[in-house]
Amino acid sequence: MAAQFTAAAPSPVGLPPARRRHGRWTPYLLLLPGMGWLALFFVTPVFTLMSQAMQTRPDGAPVGYFRQTWNVGHYWTSLQEYWPWFVRSFGYALIATIVALAIAFPLAYAIAFKSGRAKNLLLVLVVAPFFVSFILRTIAWKQILADQGPVVSMLQTVGLLGDNGRILSTPVAVLSGIIYNFLPFMTLPIYASLERMDRRLTEAASDLYANGWTSLRKVTVPLAMPGIIAGTLLTFIPAAGDYVNAALLGNRDTAMIGNVIDARFLRLSDYPTAAALSLVLMLSILVIVGVYVRRTGTEELV
Amino acid sequence: MSTIAPQRPATTSVTRRPPVKRSAWARLRRWSSAHLIQVYMAVAFVYLFVPIAYTMAFSFNNGGRSNLVWRGFTLDNWKNPCGAPDVCSALGNSVKIGFIATFVATVLGTMIAFALVRHRFRGRTAINLIIFLPMATPEVVLGASLLATFLNAKVNPGFWTIVTAHVMFCISFVVVTVKARLAGLDPRLEQAAMDLYANEYETFRRITLPLVMPGIAAAALLSFSLSFDDFIITNFNSGAVNTFPKFVYVSANRGIPAQANVIGSAMFILALVIVLVGQAVGRRRAR
Repeated sequence: MAAQFTAAAPSPVGLPPARRRHGRWTPYLLLLPGMGWLALFFVTPVFTLMSQAMQTRPDGAPVGYFRQTWNVGHYWTSLQEYWPWFVRSFGYALIATIVALAIAFPLAYAIAFKSGRAKNLLLVLVVAPFFVSFILRTIAWKQILADQGPVVSMLQTVGLLGDNGRILSTPVAVLSGIIYNFLPFMTLPIYASLERMDRRLTEAASDLYANGWTSLRKVTVPLAMPGIIAGTLLTFIPAAGDYVNAALLGNRDTAMIGNVIDARFLRLSDYPTAAALSLVLMLSILVIVGVYVRRTGTEELV
Repeated sequence: MSTIAPQRPATTSVTRRPPVKRSAWARLRRWSSAHLIQVYMAVAFVYLFVPIAYTMAFSFNNGGRSNLVWRGFTLDNWKNPCGAPDVCSALGNSVKIGFIATFVATVLGTMIAFALVRHRFRGRTAINLIIFLPMATPEVVLGASLLATFLNAKVNPGFWTIVTAHVMFCISFVVVTVKARLAGLDPRLEQAAMDLYANEYETFRRITLPLVMPGIAAAALLSFSLSFDDFIITNFNSGAVNTFPKFVYVSANRGIPAQANVIGSAMFILALVIVLVGQAVGRRRAR
């Protein structure tokens, strides 16, 4: 107790204040309902998916009827058939993440350091797109980027786009939808870590003859790294699994793996393939996230 | 950096030498760089608001059923937001689902957060992992796996399967939000209450809960917006039940009715007002 009274900082997460009077079972009782829910509706479904991916449709069986045959090879055959969609999804997600980072970092920097008293208001404005339904926002882009829409005619006047050129149904449209929709996810964490930064450190950098660029590169960016990592993950993960942007703004050639899973599952009732693709998608994202987090050396994500 | 420097002459005088010419040049450069970022910020906000402005403008379009081309200004859509078939029943479902899912997820998630921050127990790593995983799993996987499970269990997708799914993906976000607030709490406040002869229940009710409340409220708001706006997981687990995002998505091919824009715009304004009022109240309290 005495030690805690003298400690200036609140106790870190790992060391809860001692509370001997609590029953031994209290934490488990607190955890039970929520974790039970997750066990039933998150963990179990993942295992269901795993077993469903190994089912086969017997010859002559009706659509949507499958029998468990433990056909492990189905993971491989699905991957073989659909790897281009995986490549496209991860490629789009990567490009979108990089572009969103390029847009979001200066924006977060400006809000954190250059906005004065308007800071809170600007922060609300960054989140404001979320207040309009995701689907409505995407449809708005569909209309803005349409063939007769303002962007296309402007680009045609400037000469950047041919007379028959279009944006809708191209990768550019899908990418701009993804970038737009996940931009706040990128901006907020970066802002949060910039905001926490001790600004005397950049002063110290300039006292030590660093110019603006050097102090940005050597002081600000490294200190913003936790936010950058969180933001890139929060953008990359949903972007890789998204299919709404591809469905509304793209065409067949821009379909992502989410579109395939959606179609296999809901329209074609090909559950085993959809299940196999879902699991491969989940695992590859976890591997990517794991490698990325280890490489960049942050452990405090949760 | 440069804006703070003038306030601290003691440190800056060491680095900057007095020549007038150079400081004017430096000032010019500083001015332009400072304003460059403000111009950039303005452009970024325009970008962020273009689709919102578009959605709002087209809520006033006299476009009839397919709201694709501007056909003139009208207030009819705002006067009759339920005018298009199914819009309001879909909205009603979304609101109902949002409230139920938010309530359940907030209660369950807050309990987990308390257990994680305030108690020692075995299996903490596993619990943390299970809470982190749903956030790192793409929605399409969450939706597909849950539907597979429901179909296996012979449960017909409908209203309650949507609620179940929404609670599932909201819990993790509640845990993370409440945990952050709880971990930042000064434990000495609770110890002080105990020293003043408050029992555990009183301490919890009068000290801990009020202090954690902003975190719980933020978590609930986040849950509601996640639930209300969810399309992908809902689309998998909804059966024939319509929600607002699903309604908009399905009618996108034919052109969505202007009433959807009205509802979207109204929600936008409502959410903005709630957040701004919340901020103002928070600031007044802090004073």
